[in-house]
Amino acid sequence: MSLQEYFHFIIIPILGLSVILVFIRFVKGPSLADRVIALDMLILISICIIAVYSIMFNQSTFLDIAMLFALIAFLSTTAYAFYLEKRERK
Amino acid sequence: MKSLLFKTASDYLLPLLLLFSVFMLLRGHYEPGGGFVGGLMAAIAFLIHSFAHGLKETRNIIRINPGMLMPIGLLLTLLAGIAPWLIGQPFLTGLWFEEPFRFVGVVGTALLFDIGVYLVVIGATLTIMFSITETV
Repeated sequence: MSLQEYFHFIIIPILGLSVILVFIRFVKGPSLADRVIALDMLILISICIIAVYSIMFNQSTFLDIAMLFALIAFLSTTAYAFYLEKRERK
Repeated sequence: MKSLLFKTASDYLLPLLLLFSVFMLLRGHYEPGGGFVGGLMAAIAFLIHSFAHGLKETRNIIRINPGMLMPIGLLLTLLAGIAPWLIGQPFLTGLWFEEPFRFVGVVGTALLFDIGVYLVVIGATLTIMFSITETV
């Protein structure tokens, strides 16, 4: 099995399945914190997909997009935590 | 937020992200990157610092009011547009130095335009986010 086939038939389906599972948690999520973590997880999985595509198409510039995406995910999670903490204190 | 881990991480993240944003700015025009993405990254770096240390310390680091960055950036952009008029060419013509500079590459009016966009994006994003943080 070559690397390309491995990407197509194993890694991408696993990542797709995990996107569906995390999205179910995002929709159901009993509390707001669950939804925030599910959103963070969705972005992390999409970073994995971007990394896989950058290897498949031999484009190193996709990795910069992945890095920027990770940064925005980190910022959004910390911002949600910051405001949730402030709301609970009131 | 009172988290030692987050505070220490943000101290190291701020200079690294600012460096990467300048790299993004200089790489623009011919390759992916440019003023908008670079400015966004710099604004995110300052925002992470403000979440960890509080708004006051971040304002001390930036020194000037972030709203002032917008007119400065627009002025630089206008300057990049007007520059070709001085040698009798139409508005917004791209002028380039013959020799590429070390580390920076080929420099022209497009870089000045990008730096203007960079400053405008930093100013606008920080003004919006700081005013949101203040009112919450």
